[in-house]
Amino acid sequence: MSWGFLRDLLSGVNKYSTGIGRIWVAIVFMFRLLVYVAAAENIWKYEHDEFECNIKQPGCENVCFDHFFPISHIRLWALQLIIVSTPSLLVVFHVAYRENREKHNQKPYRNPGKIDGGLLCTYLISLILKTGFEIVFLVLFYKLYNGFKIPHLVKCDIRPCPNTVDCYISKPTEKMIFLYFLVATSCLCIILNLSELSYLIFKHSIKCNLKKYMKKQQ
Amino acid sequence: MDWGALHTILGGVNKHSTSIGKIWLTVLFIFRIMILVVAAERVWGDEQDDFVCNTLQPGCRNVCYDHFFPISHIRLWALQLIFVSTPALLVAMHVAYRRHEKKRQFRKGDQKCEYKDIEEIKRQKFRIEGSLWWTYTSSIFFRLIFEAVFMYAFYFMYDGFRMPRLMKCSAWPCPNTVDCFVSRPTEKTVFTIFMIAVSSICILLNVAELCYLLTKFFLRRSKKAGNSKQQPNHENKEETKQNEMNELISDSCQNTVIGFSS
Repeated sequence: MSWGFLRDLLSGVNKYSTGIGRIWVAIVFMFRLLVYVAAAENIWKYEHDEFECNIKQPGCENVCFDHFFPISHIRLWALQLIIVSTPSLLVVFHVAYRENREKHNQKPYRNPGKIDGGLLCTYLISLILKTGFEIVFLVLFYKLYNGFKIPHLVKCDIRPCPNTVDCYISKPTEKMIFLYFLVATSCLCIILNLSELSYLIFKHSIKCNLKKYMKKQQ
Repeated sequence: MDWGALHTILGGVNKHSTSIGKIWLTVLFIFRIMILVVAAERVWGDEQDDFVCNTLQPGCRNVCYDHFFPISHIRLWALQLIFVSTPALLVAMHVAYRRHEKKRQFRKGDQKCEYKDIEEIKRQKFRIEGSLWWTYTSSIFFRLIFEAVFMYAFYFMYDGFRMPRLMKCSAWPCPNTVDCFVSRPTEKTVFTIFMIAVSSICILLNVAELCYLLTKFFLRRSKKAGNSKQQPNHENKEETKQNEMNELISDSCQNTVIGFSS
């Protein structure tokens, strides 16, 4: 089980997405998943080993690292990728349900993958959930680490550190660059989701109005 | 999910590329991505562990390393490869869109559609003309821009392409100016120069492909213009013949009428 599993899942979602949805999938693959696996993971690999405090007191480094990094950036990033991709599965399940119904000849669909009726509601819900999760994670990042900056030095005075001790974080600039990259791609994905939402609502309302107009004419 | 997934995605685009585009893709995967994964990552693997400063002051090594390497070479190359590969997705999306339209026509039973089945549509190779030409050319243009930007960023950040053996650091909390030694500087310089050389080759290939596409475009346009000029001459000949026929017919009619009247 690895990121390949998520990749396969999302490839399945791609089939039933709109054009904007496919651009969203491409951005998640190329600029988030691939960058995470190929570059970002290695930066945070030895973050604990390379976290150094100006003290020989045993346990002080451990306690300070745990205080300043309750959950590592890279783990939060991985959680974000997984949770943000999951609402798309609702669409896959709904299409599978439709195909199942068709198989048992209960209700024949012209095209089970076409985004209309109940599937449209599911798709809209998945978009709202995706956007919501993205915003929640961005806020979480901001609140946990007091903004998107990573300092060179943090001052720690938790027991068993005897006094206020200087602790140095490894590769803070590189980590900050990738953090900004993460924020930028998240914002881009939020914008894409909102555009897709507006596009679908607009398209559907025009269709409804046209139908009403045709009925009136008759 | 790794570089193999990128290979699968770009492999699909390869079918619709020009020959130079196929060479570019081969160079990208063999001489850049493979070298990065198989060799370069090992060379830079211990970069911070083996970055040694001549001081016992805790934190000095971390701060000096961060000062001299704001972003590691390896990560910059990985980002460069990702950004440079992305424009090919535009072409992949355009091809997918065209296929989708053809499938829609086929399903509607459009008589204009010349395919026998859906499998044939999936296997079809699209020619680079019309709107696909514009998408393909824009993707090459963006590739060139990204390559150039990353090469400049590299040069700007590291003051050239050489990795020095020794760096002098006086950032706080280092007490004075401290000597810091980089691990494997020669090997890193060799790989840096190699990657820069292959980037330059890729830039040249992209420029050649761009020139080829533009030349083909202008040649096609001049052919079309040439064809449309020839057609009026052809039409004139036809008209002249018709006029002669009409005169003959009218002459013969007149003779017949005169014959009757007399």
